[in-house]
Amino acid sequence: MTSSIATPTHSPPPARTRSHRSIPARLLVAPSVILLVLWMVVPLAMAIWFAFQRYNLLIPDEREFVGFANFTYILTDPTLWISIGITMVLVVSVLAITIGLGTVLAVLFNQEFFGRGVARVLAISPFFVMPTVSALIWKNMLMHPVNGLFAQITRGLGLGAIDWFADFPLLAIIIIVAWQWLPFALLILLTAIQSLDTDQMEAARMDGASAMQLFRFVVLPHLNRAIAVVAMIETIFFLTIFAEIFVTTGGGPGLATTNLAYYIYLKALLEFDVGGASAGGLIAVVLANVVAIFLMRSVARNLDT
Amino acid sequence: MSTVTLRDIHKTYVDNEVIKGVNLDIHDREFVVFVGPSGCGKSTLLRMIAGLEDITSGDLLVDGDRMNDVPPDQRGLAMVFQTYALYPHMTVAENMAFSLRLAGVSKERRMERARDVARILQLEPLLDRKPGKLSGGQRQRVAIGRALVRNPKVFLFDEPLSNLDASLRVQMRIELAGLHESLQSTMIYVTHDQIEAMTLADKIVVLQGGIVEQVGSPLELYHHPRNLFVAGFIGSPKMNFLAVQTTGVQDSGTTVRLPGDATITIPVQPRTLMAGDRATLGIRPEHLRIDASNPTLMGEVLVVERLGGETYLYVKVAGGDTFIVQTDGDSRAKVRDRVPVSIDGNLCHLFDGAGQAIPKAERHPLSLTHHPEVPLQTEAPREQTYEQPIQPHEVPRQAE
Ligand SMILES: Nc1ncnc2c1ncn2[C@@H]1O[C@H](COP(=O)(O)OP(=O)(O)OP(=O)(O)O)[C@@H](O)[C@H]1O
Ligand SMILES: [Mg+2]
Repeated sequence: MTSSIATPTHSPPPARTRSHRSIPARLLVAPSVILLVLWMVVPLAMAIWFAFQRYNLLIPDEREFVGFANFTYILTDPTLWISIGITMVLVVSVLAITIGLGTVLAVLFNQEFFGRGVARVLAISPFFVMPTVSALIWKNMLMHPVNGLFAQITRGLGLGAIDWFADFPLLAIIIIVAWQWLPFALLILLTAIQSLDTDQMEAARMDGASAMQLFRFVVLPHLNRAIAVVAMIETIFFLTIFAEIFVTTGGGPGLATTNLAYYIYLKALLEFDVGGASAGGLIAVVLANVVAIFLMRSVARNLDT
Repeated sequence: MSTVTLRDIHKTYVDNEVIKGVNLDIHDREFVVFVGPSGCGKSTLLRMIAGLEDITSGDLLVDGDRMNDVPPDQRGLAMVFQTYALYPHMTVAENMAFSLRLAGVSKERRMERARDVARILQLEPLLDRKPGKLSGGQRQRVAIGRALVRNPKVFLFDEPLSNLDASLRVQMRIELAGLHESLQSTMIYVTHDQIEAMTLADKIVVLQGGIVEQVGSPLELYHHPRNLFVAGFIGSPKMNFLAVQTTGVQDSGTTVRLPGDATITIPVQPRTLMAGDRATLGIRPEHLRIDASNPTLMGEVLVVERLGGETYLYVKVAGGDTFIVQTDGDSRAKVRDRVPVSIDGNLCHLFDGAGQAIPKAERHPLSLTHHPEVPLQTEAPREQTYEQPIQPHEVPRQAE
């Protein structure tokens, strides 16, 4: 048959061109790949190495291999479990606030109103403030029990002042982080809403949907993916919140705001226990991966449909 | 009964008036098609009827009730969108039954209704699929099904078939005609497609720049266009136009002189034209003949388009105009041939200097039949466009 003659003569060239092309392509991506690998692998390898050493900076000479001693020590330290619990509370509540409020704001900012452009810029600006700076602003200008704006307002109303970082330390941290990350959620959700087909909204209106039903049955399902993506990215960052805690509460009072990242910091730099901190770091890596896999699963399922 | 009436409807966006006073009566069970060039306001008019756009002024009546301020879902209308606008996260059945769900109908009842409608549209095997996994034609059917479920008084379609390929469009067109036949409901349909308009419509509304140029049955518009715009818009290829001079006006017809000094008598009523007036002669490509025994004009063939069944010749005639002539598929004509073009005065249209058609002496027999209960709208009242009198149209000239 003619076709059977034609095919073999045609098939080799593409294969050859591909192999020709692949060598320089690999060469060209090599520097970035190598850099990335070094950047990821070296610290990880060092962390693993230190995790199996007794290595305290106060007595650096007594370095020796101790097997799993660091892990058993850390895993039996009740502080670790408290800090993991606090990390979880922090992540979940900030996620809930940023996504819930972000969705509502995204819907509102999608409406036509006077000064919308300015309002959008203002709403997004907290994201450009450094975490340390915004934490300082909240600590000294807003939540301070004497000079803070909140205290002045409540005192002006005769209600007395709240000492946020003493009485509700975790809530205060949650509010600060949520304020910082709300713009991110808003930005992503707003772009997602803008990509919603207006015909779909109009079809739903013709089908008799009220504003709430429109939101519930058309807008929210459309935002599903964007919400999943926001949740995933934010979780990765919220697992390692540090600056806000360092600047404001220093993990206290007591352990009230000590999350995993702060716990590792305490271990490494206040107790100078590099071995223990490395072991804690590895536990954090495992934890982050568990959460990441869990999230990827749910996001991937969302992206499918 | 479901009638729709538009009374002096206007629509202004900020300070841009896009609908300039439309009056229209749509009768029960009528299939009305809006046509017109892009941007003329077809979609805007349809969306105002649907309730998706506010009506700036005028009255919209459905079954005699004023609907201007009634929300879209309570007007008893259903709309099919060009982009289908299906809900991507719902199955076909859920999509179709969504309006019932909002109305609080129980799940069993609404699934039953969805199945009934799916049977009509041959969608039964697809009920559990999501729209993303359907072909364009199937999606369109779901969109129609979603409208059907609501059992509306009036169906509104905004270019529903324009995203489909040619053969599917033909198939869906026939299905739509069948649906209209079996449902006997009122339908309003916007399209760009001449064939859809001609085949589906009981009544065509030709719009231009926000005003109604003519309303009538497809053949009425074809045989008795009221002005140059409608004459040029209805029919494909376009009607040929030629600037002529009136030489005599009799009761039996008006005689005009063509550029090549030939004269023809066109059986139109003696109206505004006087001997010596300039006028425009219109003749459709399918009414021209290449006929050596009785040539009216000689011309040179510039382009030959062979479609198999027929051949279109682009012929440059005396005076510099280019005529499109439709001849049979076996025509031997070649480029640069000189061909005799024969014009039959009985098939010609005559337009005065302002672009208005001079009424024919006799009406075409097929253009008399119209919607059974509807009075003929041949001499539709001119006042409906009084706000913006039709501009004198230039005689379109083909490229030299
Ligand atoms: N939201 C709007 N704001 C301002 N002008 C608009 C708006 N929507 C439509 N127009 C204008 O109104 C006119 C009519 O638009 P419309 O969509 O009704 O045209 P159409 O006849 O449906 O055209 P097409 O055949 O291309 O769909 C256009 O000139 C358009 O620019
Ligand atoms: Mg349109």
